[in-house]
Amino acid sequence: METSHPNLETLILIPVYNEGASIRVLVREIRELYPRIPVLVVDDGSRDNSAAEARAAGAVVIRHPFNLGDGAARQTGFLYALRGGFNCLVHLDGDRQHAPAEIARFVDALQQGEADLVVGSRFLGECAYQLSPGRKIGMKLFSLICSLVIRQKITDPTSGFRGINRRAMTVFTRGYYPQHFPDADVIISAHFRGLRIREIPITVSPTRSTSLHRGGTIFYYIYKMLLSTFVSSLRLKRDQIKF
Amino acid sequence: MPFNQKLLAAAMAVALLIFIVETVRRRKLREEYAWLWVLIGGIILVLALWPALLQLITVRLGIELPINTVFFFGLMFMVFINLHFSVKISELTNQVKRLAQELSLTEEKDGSPREEEER
Repeated sequence: METSHPNLETLILIPVYNEGASIRVLVREIRELYPRIPVLVVDDGSRDNSAAEARAAGAVVIRHPFNLGDGAARQTGFLYALRGGFNCLVHLDGDRQHAPAEIARFVDALQQGEADLVVGSRFLGECAYQLSPGRKIGMKLFSLICSLVIRQKITDPTSGFRGINRRAMTVFTRGYYPQHFPDADVIISAHFRGLRIREIPITVSPTRSTSLHRGGTIFYYIYKMLLSTFVSSLRLKRDQIKF
Repeated sequence: MPFNQKLLAAAMAVALLIFIVETVRRRKLREEYAWLWVLIGGIILVLALWPALLQLITVRLGIELPINTVFFFGLMFMVFINLHFSVKISELTNQVKRLAQELSLTEEKDGSPREEEER
């Protein structure tokens, strides 16, 4: 199944769900900055014109037949990259909160070969907006849990701006990758499956809030994260993947 | 245990067993899910025909009334079968997810993306 294209080193992945308003501009911006790097947009069953907008801007588009979840959309991108022979993959959110100019930093960090998973942290860099107190406490809690469990300082476990290499792609497609909210538990399960993790600073700009963490969802999120964090730290040997 | 009670319980157990076998025969129920129900039908039948067994279990477990033994094990069975279904649903969810992913990847490769149809 795997075909190797030696020219194709890096793939930029943008999972989207109803981002028709911003995706065209974002893909254009990326294409201008990195004309030689292909951009893959995984449309997770959007109800708007996200797919057509992305295609018009020059991205390769994969469409899920129905909404599967943000984690599943990323995983589809990982499968595409793995089978297409890409060595690095950088994924960012489709709402333009992440700066395309910073993609290069992830590629550099991956190519240094010291990390398999590079996580962009808004708290190491400049955070251009104020978080609500509730979210701030939640994030502090999860970065604390995450840091304690993997014994490495993690400042921003919920960041959607990350880079992974081929090794991490294999781990995240052959083994577990959360279908929804792929945040802290990805970092923890990556650690326990032998991946090396590194954080680099990023700038995050304020966007219109498409936050999922509204109403009762926040409680589900906290419950899900605690349970999957706990379970990830229990699954040790069975989840090991041979290379 | 009066005879008419015994008859009612035994008749219900037999009806349940016939119903299960018939749905399996019509391929409406898969064999791997049928065994639990066959088991439950069998237990009801045995207890209906042999109430002394229920009395014995009740005494051995230190339960006062035999009906509470039935309720206790009935509830346990419900908990177990629901858990079993949750596991099956999770399995199916994972399979559907992977199928949808593979379908979208294949479509991209074949260059035949679905039309922007109504969803």
